[in-house]
Amino acid sequence: MDLSLSTETVGDRTVVRVGGEIDVYTAPKLREQLVELVNDGSYHLVVDMEGVDFLDSTGLGVLVGGLKRVRAHEGSLRLVCNQERILKIFRITGLTKVFPIHTSVEDAVQATD
Amino acid sequence: MATVELLFSALPEHVRTARLVAAAVARRAGVDEAVLDEVRLAVGEACSRAVGLHISNEVTTPVRVTLIEDEKKFSIEVGDDAPGPTPEALAAANGSERAAGGPEESGADSEDDMGLAVISGLVDDVEVTADERGGLIRMSWPIAPAAVAP
Repeated sequence: MDLSLSTETVGDRTVVRVGGEIDVYTAPKLREQLVELVNDGSYHLVVDMEGVDFLDSTGLGVLVGGLKRVRAHEGSLRLVCNQERILKIFRITGLTKVFPIHTSVEDAVQATD
Repeated sequence: MATVELLFSALPEHVRTARLVAAAVARRAGVDEAVLDEVRLAVGEACSRAVGLHISNEVTTPVRVTLIEDEKKFSIEVGDDAPGPTPEALAAANGSERAAGGPEESGADSEDDMGLAVISGLVDDVEVTADERGGLIRMSWPIAPAAVAP
């Protein structure tokens, strides 16, 4: 399975829906998408990971890179994820402290903290 | 003797194949279903790291994956032919209590560290060795006693 990406604007947020596998082969595609969004002025991103089947450290690196980019513009990067096997990777790398992780896109879009 | 051996050119697109093969062989060996996701992720991390090391060191030999089924455990060895990592990286992977922080910069070194951090966080029995000829990551998982492979 490859990586699928789609974006949607909800208010002042841009929701990026990711599906498939994020690994060393597909992660550059996600990186390009995030870089493009930030270059186009979207600084408040919500990455919906509900369709993600696999995530590795390369994917984590891309998300951290995205967070760094939006923060440079005082933006935000929120994740939506309910899958235990994906959440586990954020926990063992300590990244649950770095990313706000929400249970639904609605929740993430409304979050303001 | 290895149950299955896999050699692949050090290209990112082949890492997925290695994951699928490792998970299929692990399942057949009787590794608990609940642990297969960990096997898949750990072997993917080890192979991604090996591919990255081969590419950055311009090594043209293939990455080696050896899947070994014993009576009580299932082992995976991922070998590369790149000159060894730093002693710090080895120490971190071999069971130090270092908490993997969120690296702010996703440079090559921090991604390599994060891969090893994921492996050491996932797998209880892991050993990372390296010398001037290359590196080897050896991981193993117990085989569920109830499982009887047909």
